This record gives sequence, C-alpha cells and structure tokens, in this order.
Amino acid sequence: MKRSLLFIPGNRPNMIQNGLVLPADALIFDLEDSVLEEEKDAARTLVASALSSLDFGLKELVVRINEMSSPHALKDIEAVVPAGCESILLPKTEHSDDILELDRWLDTVEQASGIPPGSTSLILLIETALGVEKAFELAKASRRVKALALGAEDLAADLGCERTGEGTEILYSRTRLVIAARAAGVEVFDTPFTDTYDEQGCFLDTVFAKKLGFDGKLSISPHHLAPIHKAFTPSQEALENALEVQQAMQEAQREGRGAVALRGRMIDMPVLKQAERVIQWAKAARMLKGEADDESR
Amino acid sequence: MSRDNKVVATLSDAIRRSGLKDGMCVSFHHHLREGDRVLNLVLDECARLGIKNLKVNASALMACHRPILKRIKDGTVSHIECNYMHKAVGGPISKGLLESEVIFRSHGGRPAALTRGESVIDVAFIAASTADRAGNCNGREGKAAFGSIGYAMPDAEMADHVVIMTDHLAKYPLSTASIDERWVDSVVVVDSIGDPEKIMSGTTRITRDPVGLLIADYAAKAILASGLLIDGFSFQTGAGGISLAVAHYLGALMREEKITGSFASGGITGTLVDLHEEGLFEKLLDVQCFDRDAVASIGKNAMHREISASTYASPASKSAVVDHLDVVILGATEIDTNFNVNVHTDSNGIIMGGSGGHSDTAAGSNLSIIVAPLMRARLPLIVDRVSTISTPGSDVDLLVTQFGMACHPDNDELRLRLLDANLPVFSMEALKDKAESLTGIPVRRLPEGRRVASVISRDGVLLDTIKSRV
Repeated sequence: MKRSLLFIPGNRPNMIQNGLVLPADALIFDLEDSVLEEEKDAARTLVASALSSLDFGLKELVVRINEMSSPHALKDIEAVVPAGCESILLPKTEHSDDILELDRWLDTVEQASGIPPGSTSLILLIETALGVEKAFELAKASRRVKALALGAEDLAADLGCERTGEGTEILYSRTRLVIAARAAGVEVFDTPFTDTYDEQGCFLDTVFAKKLGFDGKLSISPHHLAPIHKAFTPSQEALENALEVQQAMQEAQREGRGAVALRGRMIDMPVLKQAERVIQWAKAARMLKGEADDESR
Repeated sequence: MSRDNKVVATLSDAIRRSGLKDGMCVSFHHHLREGDRVLNLVLDECARLGIKNLKVNASALMACHRPILKRIKDGTVSHIECNYMHKAVGGPISKGLLESEVIFRSHGGRPAALTRGESVIDVAFIAASTADRAGNCNGREGKAAFGSIGYAMPDAEMADHVVIMTDHLAKYPLSTASIDERWVDSVVVVDSIGDPEKIMSGTTRITRDPVGLLIADYAAKAILASGLLIDGFSFQTGAGGISLAVAHYLGALMREEKITGSFASGGITGTLVDLHEEGLFEKLLDVQCFDRDAVASIGKNAMHREISASTYASPASKSAVVDHLDVVILGATEIDTNFNVNVHTDSNGIIMGGSGGHSDTAAGSNLSIIVAPLMRARLPLIVDRVSTISTPGSDVDLLVTQFGMACHPDNDELRLRLLDANLPVFSMEALKDKAESLTGIPVRRLPEGRRVASVISRDGVLLDTIKSRV
C-alpha cells in the first residue's frame, strides 16, 4: 500500500540522502521536470549511484524518466533499472505505443542485467486531456502497468482552466482516473498538493481524494507526508470494526458460508474487501503492533 | 557620594570610583546578546584610562564582542572566563591570541564558582534597560528592554563593586527591581546599552527542514514514551530550530493527552510563551529571554517569573530549578560512543561555543535528550571521542537523530519503553556505523598546540582542555 509517493529531485544529493529517513511509502527520483537539460546526465548518474549504494529500506523506489520522445528516456532506463529502480513513472502518458516501446526497452535491460523479466513496473502519469480520455486503454497496454497517477498542474494547462484550491476543475479527471484504474485492475494515485506549507490544505485535499477512491497521493514536499498519512489513517473505531469483520468472515468461510451477520448487519465479500483496505491503511500507519511496514525496529 | 543618588556623570568616573586597577576582574552579562554595547564600551574606556591585564568574566562572548580581540592585543585584557564564546572570538583564541587559558564554565557553574570563591569579580558592569538613581534596575522596561536579567544577579550580589549602566533613568523607586539598590554602588547613564532587535540571533525559529522536523517528532514521541509526560511535567529546550520544533510537537501531544505542565524553564522563547499562554505550562522560569516575544511576555504575564542564574542552575545553591526538570532538549556538535557531548569546539577543534546551561540541565533533569542530525556537511555526528567534553556522557540519557535514537546503556528502562512505543532504537555504535556508511570515516586533525582553554565542570573540577592550532 503506497499512501505517499514523494518526488525527490534527481540532481540534489542532500535531498536524495534525506530520502533515506523521510517517512514516504515510495520515493520518486525525478529526472524530468526538476532537472535542467544540461544536468540530465549528472542527475541520471547520481540517481543510479544512490539506488545501487544506499539502503532505502522497504520504501518503493520509483524513477520519473524523461518523456519517451526525448533523447534521455532510454539512457534513463539503462542506468536506473540495473541499479535497483522498482518502478518507472512515465510522464505525460498519452499513447499505448509509447508504453509498448518502453516495455520492450525494459525487457532488454532486464535481460541484460539479470533482472527477472517483467519485474519493473510502470506507473503512468496522466497529465493531458488526451491521457485522461485514454486512461483505461493506457492502463491495459502492458502487464507492467500497476498504477495510474494524476498530474493536475500540466493537465490544467492543457485544459486551459485555472487551478483552484477546491479543485472543481479536476474533479472529472480525478473520478475518471479512479474508474479507469479500477476497471483495469490497477492502483491510482492523486495529484500532488502544491502549497508546500499548507499542511491542513493538503490534509483536506487528501481526505477528499481518499473519498473518491484514490489509493495514495503524489507529494512534492516532505511537509505533506504527515497530512497525507493522517488522511489515510483510519480511526481506532473503524479499525476495530474492520478487524471484527475480517474475523467474522474468516469464521464464516471456515464454515463454508459466503456471508454472515455481525450485530444485525449482513457481512459479505464487498464488506470484507473494504475492511481489508482499512486494515492495510492501519498497518501502514503502524496501528497494529508488530506489523510496521517499514524498517523500524 | 550620597546614598540617595548614585548616578555618576560618566563611565570614566564610574570606573575611577570603582577603584578598578591593573589585574582586576570585570564582569558582564550577555542578555542583549548580539545587540550588546556595554562590554565593548567599558573595555574601550578601560583602555583609554590605561588599565591593563584585566580579567573579563562574561556570561557569554558573542560575535558583537569581537572588539575584545583588540583589547587583548593592546594588553587591556589578559584573562577571560565565560560560559560561551562565539567563533568570531573563539577562532583567534584558538590560534593562541590570548596567552593565558580561557576558563569555560557553565551558567550554573559560574555563580557556583563565585559562591565558592573560586572566581572573584572586582567590578561588575551590569547593563540594565531601566534603572533609578539608587541602582534599582531591570531589563523589562526602557527602549532596550531585554527581559530577564538573571545572569547578572549573582554578579550584583557577589562583586566587590557594582556599576549599573542604563540608557533609561527612571524615577525612584522603580516598581520592579530585578537587582535592588542594596547591591549597587553607582549608576551611569549612557546613550545606548545596545540594540534589543539583535537579541534574537539566528536560530530562534522552528526549523522547516524536514529532517530537523523528523528528529523533533521522534524526540517528542520519546518524551511521551518515557512516561514522564504527565500532569505537572517540567521541560526545558534551547532556541535552536530543532529544539523549538520539539516544543511545538510536545505542545500538540500535551493538548491531545490533556496534560498541563508545571513549568518550562531556561532561555525562554516565543514558542514557550505560546504554550504558557495556552495553559499548557503553568509557569515560565526565565533566566534569559531569547526573543522579543519572551521579552514582551515577562512584562505582562504574572506567571512568567524571572530567576537568577543561581536559582536556575547553581550546584552551590541548596537546590536549583534544573534539579526539578523532567526533560531537557539539548543540541550537540559532536557526541561520542560514551555519550560525552561537545558544544565548545567545531570539527577542527576550534572554539565556537560553550556549555551555557547544557551541562547543568543535563545533570539536573530526569531525562536529557540530545537532538542533532546524524551528519552535518558530510561529517558524522558520532565520534570515538569528542574533541572537547562539554557535558559528561553519564549525564546524557538519549540521542535522537533522523536515523533513529540511542539510549545510554545505564538507562535500560528508557530503552525498553522506547522499544515498546515502536520507536527506532539502536546502539550508539550502530548509529555511528550508519553515519560512516554514508560519509566514510573522516580523518580528524585536532589541534595539538598549547592549552588555550580549560573546561571546568559545574562542580568546579577540570573536565577537559582545548588546545591551540599549531
């Protein structure tokens, strides 16, 4: 479960080192927007070196490569995949052909590096009108695709609309992406909150995204990790209820039943599914003792 | 001079009246911090009068006191005692500018040394932002108000001769006499004792650095896990960005757990004032105001009490505020595998600080927590042996870094409580290894010249020495 995916500029050694300790569920080392054209090579080397030499614990390691149309994308893949990158974040995804080509590149690089074939996942960053329209098709383009993610700043520019605090202008895109991801059987991550110091605003934005069905949220600031995690942390009451549901369903299944009554309420598979989601969030928030999801001891 | 009016016309007159002679000791406080003018003013006047070989006993020497270097060179000053020395002064001292050794004490050790007679002040020059003609004075009123005058109180009581220097002469009797007339010999009115805008120097804001905030969050959780965070809890923290962030997070925990603390002490900041005004700490015990908010508070909040350095931390007092402290948050330049902490010298062994209240509060409190990043500019925090022992490791309970925390081996109960709270606890050696895996093991080149300073423990014994760069 990835509640938070934190962008780290690929050309900033100190920030990369901070990634060792910041409590993000996933780190996205950025080789695209945060790196100037003349620094692309140095950043690629730095990120590959960090991936291969530093122990980031159980955090998922993602790299945002440059656009497929750029001269950097293949070099990015060739450097970071052998170094230990687990997922590629593909920017401005619009065409299935790009995904298929990336798929082939990954096949080659994985084979050459002795990495199990198909083990590098793809997260598709949807940040254009065309991308939103084709979200389901893109999500189904490769078995490597494990998630869609929304990039609302570029999307707003493409739509020609103004980005607002309440986010009305991206509501359709958000719900469309959730539906496309669910239909394709992949996860879906919300757009970053952009006001670095407005932690309460980030919390409320994340609560809303969670209500829409997002599994996690991209983050451009370490200051947003706490509010994002807080938004994805269930109440103690919700957790106890979920554990009760899980236990009741386990007992029902042992007895060969698909549904069971719990304090007058009918419990079945959809209810169990929701309960398991709550339990996963609780585990991520270390609410369940001995089941911390990171390297703490 | 009449006992009714002790005002003398000039500083020069005051110095002459005091009987100050070659080789005597003059003292100063640093409540105006980087805005202080009094120390430089007095030493310039002494130089003009041809007085030589003075010992300067200052609670702290800040960067603004850099002109003292000139007074060392011209022979006006030949000895220094202080509790803190900014690198602007410490750098040249480390190069051997002063022939004699600097004596470093702590904020509690300084008044204790006066009480025990190990240190003697001939003439105390005390900056006061307001004073009356008899010498009743304080730091709360006047254009250069700086708040508590706590570090000067022992000087007033124990110096042979006391000169109050003010830029605001009030009518007799002054309503709040932090230092009262029975100790005062003369009063000098000067144009300006200093710039109160420079009290807040540098770091008295909550850090925005995410790593600093992570350390602070761990420290606050460690306090909660320690079991000490109950009604009546007492707390002290410094003015560094991480320390203030600990206070901020602690406030949130106290709010959540509905806990009211008895007092917060030490150098007081706006952050602590906010917690007091919110009712999270019943009282503030203030030996020094670190920012303008604290200065404003001491003038208006009845439960914001001014205390002397002796009451704050002196081991020669029958008891002191630090003895009642539950938790103190402290910084470190280096810490070693025996938990000894250095706040006197930098990684090259150059003087850049001092104990202040570090060793006093570490010794007095139930739980002393060091908060610091595991690496600074690619140098690891943890070393085999600190370049200077400022606070002995036996007085330190816990180190908190962004990579986790290390508990003193003698405090196993704390270690178990932290583990029980699912906090990342390691051995000091493991944290050291972690840092070195990221930075490599730097080659340390510590000074090997003659001794330039001695660090005296709060109990008056030699703790460590500092050598000059060859």
